[in-house]
Amino acid sequence: MIDFIRQFFLDLYEVAPRWNFIFFHDPVQWERVVEGFWVTLELSVACVIFSVLIGIVGAWAQGSPNRVLRAVVQGYIQFFRNTPPFVQLLFFYFALGQFTPTYSPDGWLEVPVITNVGWAIISLSFFAGAFNVEIFRSGIEAVPDSTKEAAEALGFNRLQTYIYIVFPLAFRVSLPALNNNLVNLVKTTTQALAIAVPELLYQFVGIWNDYPSAMYPSLTMVFLIYIGLVGILVFSMHRWEKAMRIPGYGL
Amino acid sequence: MKKVFMLSAAVLMASAGIATAAQCTNDTWNKVMSRGKMVVGVKADYKPWGFRDESGNLVGMEIDMAKAAAEAMGVDVELVPVQSSNRMQFLEQGKIDLMIATMSDRPDRRKIVGIVQPNYYTSGTNIMAPKALGLTKWEDLRGKPICGKQGAFYNKIVTERYGAKVIAFTGNAEAKQALRDKKCIAWVYDDSSIGSDLASGNWDDFEMPLSSEDDNPWGLAVPLAEKDCIFGNFMSGLSYNWLQNGQLIEWEKKWGIKPTSFLADKKERFKDWIE
Repeated sequence: MIDFIRQFFLDLYEVAPRWNFIFFHDPVQWERVVEGFWVTLELSVACVIFSVLIGIVGAWAQGSPNRVLRAVVQGYIQFFRNTPPFVQLLFFYFALGQFTPTYSPDGWLEVPVITNVGWAIISLSFFAGAFNVEIFRSGIEAVPDSTKEAAEALGFNRLQTYIYIVFPLAFRVSLPALNNNLVNLVKTTTQALAIAVPELLYQFVGIWNDYPSAMYPSLTMVFLIYIGLVGILVFSMHRWEKAMRIPGYGL
Repeated sequence: MKKVFMLSAAVLMASAGIATAAQCTNDTWNKVMSRGKMVVGVKADYKPWGFRDESGNLVGMEIDMAKAAAEAMGVDVELVPVQSSNRMQFLEQGKIDLMIATMSDRPDRRKIVGIVQPNYYTSGTNIMAPKALGLTKWEDLRGKPICGKQGAFYNKIVTERYGAKVIAFTGNAEAKQALRDKKCIAWVYDDSSIGSDLASGNWDDFEMPLSSEDDNPWGLAVPLAEKDCIFGNFMSGLSYNWLQNGQLIEWEKKWGIKPTSFLADKKERFKDWIE
């Protein structure tokens, strides 16, 4: 079967030199694609998890009675939501990267403790996290005051009310918007190309630079892989949304 | 199986609009002539071949070539900055009529764009590395992080031949910044460009310690369909003349480029027998 696929794409290249699916008949290029896929997956999963955590904590802090904490969260949102993720990536990697601890294996090289993949995860998580805070805030505001008052009457404190009553309800309201933002986040991981993170697009750009005849096939593959990745994400989010429905709550 | 193959091939070919006819339509040439202007893709970040001077104008050796070509055709010139990673697509899609953008002449590239013979320049692969490291041979790069530029053909070669880990950035500026930040031990690029960087005085603690490899000629390109037609033949003749009469050596001198044996050899080989 593998031989058949390889032969098919080799023949295709003979007939149409512009459609060189090199990664299907050259094992080295195939490895690059696989490697890129794993990095993209790693970036996506890590960023989704961290950005949701940032969103949850941020939304809670936004409702805090402490004015300083509220101001910090507001500042964070304004900064990360209103500047381009591309610029953030470059800034984090090149500017902040200088101030993080490094170690030196050979006396000259200064390998930062935070790698470029690390910076990409940090930067993209904070970027998407800023949106998530606002998304969760919209969910929290949708929870009626009377519900919170009822929780208070039962003796819950602010944190308990948030964890057991407000957030579970708010989360359900937030899911569709969260879904949107996470889809965006997975696509934004391609921008990590700017700081040479070897994710999917980086690998494909490398392939079509080495083999110009592989450009259209590479782009086609990028589309297909992202449609697949985002498809899986959207599918599981919808399943989750359904599973979390509270019958009769009207959500 | 054969049927499936032929069918998909036909679909792909139709969708890509691949012209199989070998007839000369001279579309680009006619377009340039009728609008009286030639659009040339050049580098804007590759001193001294194509770069921006202090007032922001594109200047350099290849810009001089572009202007001379337009002048020879009797048309105006418009310069469009291109990147290594998009220059062939610009030409293919007609965004530019001619490409003179430090492009190495590679077999796979000849299938995409009409690289005109004779080649007009050459460069080899080398690295810029800190003097402190005292690198002496290519093997020193094995397993080490090396900064590179996306789109350069030798990224693949140094990875495969010497096991270096190339971290490829989108632009030269980012890659060189990463070298200064000590994120990699060397910057792999064209020896000619590294030479002019070192001569600029901004890289005093750095050197070009290895012997250049994979000396590779540069080619200018017209659209593939025009390679054996008027435009391609015209540019071939012009390139030949520039090599033969020493014009390229003049430009090399003008822009302070270290003289290459390539141009001297070509001038010698094409020497007129009536002298």
